[in-house]
Amino acid sequence: MLVLDNVTKVFKTGTFGGGTLPAVRGASFEIRPGEVTALIGESGSGKSTLGKMILRLTPVTSGTITFEGTDIAILKGKQLREYYRHVQGVFQDPFSSYNPVYRADRVFATIRHSYYPGVGADEWRERVDKALESVGLNPVDVRDKFTHQLSGGQLQRILIARALLLDIKLLIADEIISMIDASTRVDVLNLLANLKTRGLGVLFVTHDLSLGNYISERTIILRRGAVVEMGATAKVFDNPQHEYTRMLLTSVPQLHKKWEAESGPELETTRVAPAHDEGRPGRYSKSSLHPLAGMRARKGRRAQAAVTERDLAAGLLRTDTYLRTHEEVLPLVEVEEDHFVATSTGAR
Amino acid sequence: MGLTVDHLEVCYRTLRGDVKAVDDVTFSIEDGEIMGLAGESGCGKSTLGNSLVRMDIRMRQLGGSVELDGKELPISDAKAMRDFRFKEVSIVPQYAMSALNPTRRVGRMVAELLKSRGFDYKSALPELERRVKLVGLDEDILRRYPIELSGGMKQRVVMVISTLLNPSLLIADEITSALDVSTQRAVGEMLLEFRDRNFVKTTMVITHDLSILAQVADTILIMYAGKLAEKATADVVINNPLHPYTQLLISSLPDVGIRHDEHTLVGIPGRPPPLLNPPAGCRFRDRCPFAFDRCANEPPFVEVKPGHSVACWLHADGVLPSGGV
Repeated sequence: MLVLDNVTKVFKTGTFGGGTLPAVRGASFEIRPGEVTALIGESGSGKSTLGKMILRLTPVTSGTITFEGTDIAILKGKQLREYYRHVQGVFQDPFSSYNPVYRADRVFATIRHSYYPGVGADEWRERVDKALESVGLNPVDVRDKFTHQLSGGQLQRILIARALLLDIKLLIADEIISMIDASTRVDVLNLLANLKTRGLGVLFVTHDLSLGNYISERTIILRRGAVVEMGATAKVFDNPQHEYTRMLLTSVPQLHKKWEAESGPELETTRVAPAHDEGRPGRYSKSSLHPLAGMRARKGRRAQAAVTERDLAAGLLRTDTYLRTHEEVLPLVEVEEDHFVATSTGAR
Repeated sequence: MGLTVDHLEVCYRTLRGDVKAVDDVTFSIEDGEIMGLAGESGCGKSTLGNSLVRMDIRMRQLGGSVELDGKELPISDAKAMRDFRFKEVSIVPQYAMSALNPTRRVGRMVAELLKSRGFDYKSALPELERRVKLVGLDEDILRRYPIELSGGMKQRVVMVISTLLNPSLLIADEITSALDVSTQRAVGEMLLEFRDRNFVKTTMVITHDLSILAQVADTILIMYAGKLAEKATADVVINNPLHPYTQLLISSLPDVGIRHDEHTLVGIPGRPPPLLNPPAGCRFRDRCPFAFDRCANEPPFVEVKPGHSVACWLHADGVLPSGGV
């Protein structure tokens, strides 16, 4: 349905846009109808940027996004409106998605105004009630209410109902449950999972692996803007191939299992050449493990470096930017049916 | 000795009346114990944590007392609390990410903070550097501005600063909520490390995320609508909870490995009651699948098994107060 081909997004940073920050690097994947695709990554992995590019909220730097055979970058005016008839997004903060001055159900009126001007008031009311019921809301509870009178879960569901009023085929759900209370969170999740029975495709953007695992058919793991592993959810979670996926899985706090003690060697990222300042031993004795290893590479001394993932978490953002710019995007290799891993050494 | 909170009641004063956010709360934390405090938003958990450190102008203590290491903690007296804050009680606030002064280098900010409490930065510096390294940061960080640090780094810096004077009580308010899973783990392990090294004696971890508490906490206290619902060791609360609220809360969490098509989880219907004029009786009654006529009276918070206290009529048999049903 929606195909991303080698999509890259580079943001300009710094005072006069002198610096660059690659947010998404060569992402290629497909979202199919009737499936929930989980896009999992930590902060700064480019997962929200991908969602925004699909919704045409931010332009693509290079690569193409095609929806049912049409490149979405060239859509204009009427065509773009037709695109939004099929593709809609729901975002993280339900309270800032609404205008607090107006009643919450005004979002339905705006849909009628721009997409269904010919529909009569009675019929429209019926359609809205049906959409509200299909997201598990009682229309009486939410009609004519202001945003402060409704809970976060109700507001998010109204936004999903709003999308359902259109001929929606793809829903981008960007962290939609992270601001909702734990007790109602799972209801919104179940609702999303039920949408796929209507033939809808859902891109579920999240940082929480357990949520992704709960509802998705397919999983895509992003690190620093590049896809490191993707495939059928069961395969990715039961048989993680990439070290980064494994690290994420061991870090997830679980109810019935304690964090395991550090096991095996420290996770290494792909080699970054050059670094390691051998000229000054003593001062940086653990130089290759130093969080600044990537930084010092700029000074041009030749050697090898391996920045560990944990050091990076502790280390500097600048190191991260350095890696984004210089680290090679590895090709995805199919290790088993419907399970791809980014690797430099070929299939294992 | 630890911390003892006895029948504490704290309210917010509003134009429409008092909102009792902490209602008759009694518990204690032993030395070396990490206690988790969990519940939905608006259940009073942050209010309880804040009231032990600093009452803001809207808050008022209506009753009860707090004792730390055998000394009474004058929580409603802002001036008297000044002797305790930072030295005896310390907090890592919810907004730790923005708690650092953006116009000062981290080191200078710490220097100013120490000076205001009558301590010398130079003599504290070696210990500060040692602790900064302990949490996996470079001591270089003290010469940086907060804008140069990532969220996880700021969180750790704030934790190091908060515990620099080895406080007796540390309150960690939602410290992992805004972090990535790998950083969450690092911060969680830091809490354990600080306890093991005696940097802090008692720790109170406030969060809505029960799975983090399953990793770090020794005991867990569940609050609902300003009242205590259940308290027991972490293991018991996670695996054998007695209060229906705790049971529903835990069963609604998707653990890794649970799939929607195999096992559909359910949330808790409804919302917590408003605290301005809370309903009489058990406050969870309207959302509770086990509610029966006895729930119209307020259930007492009683110990039903050694070390396991619950406020629920289903489990209150044998300890019925006089005047009960």
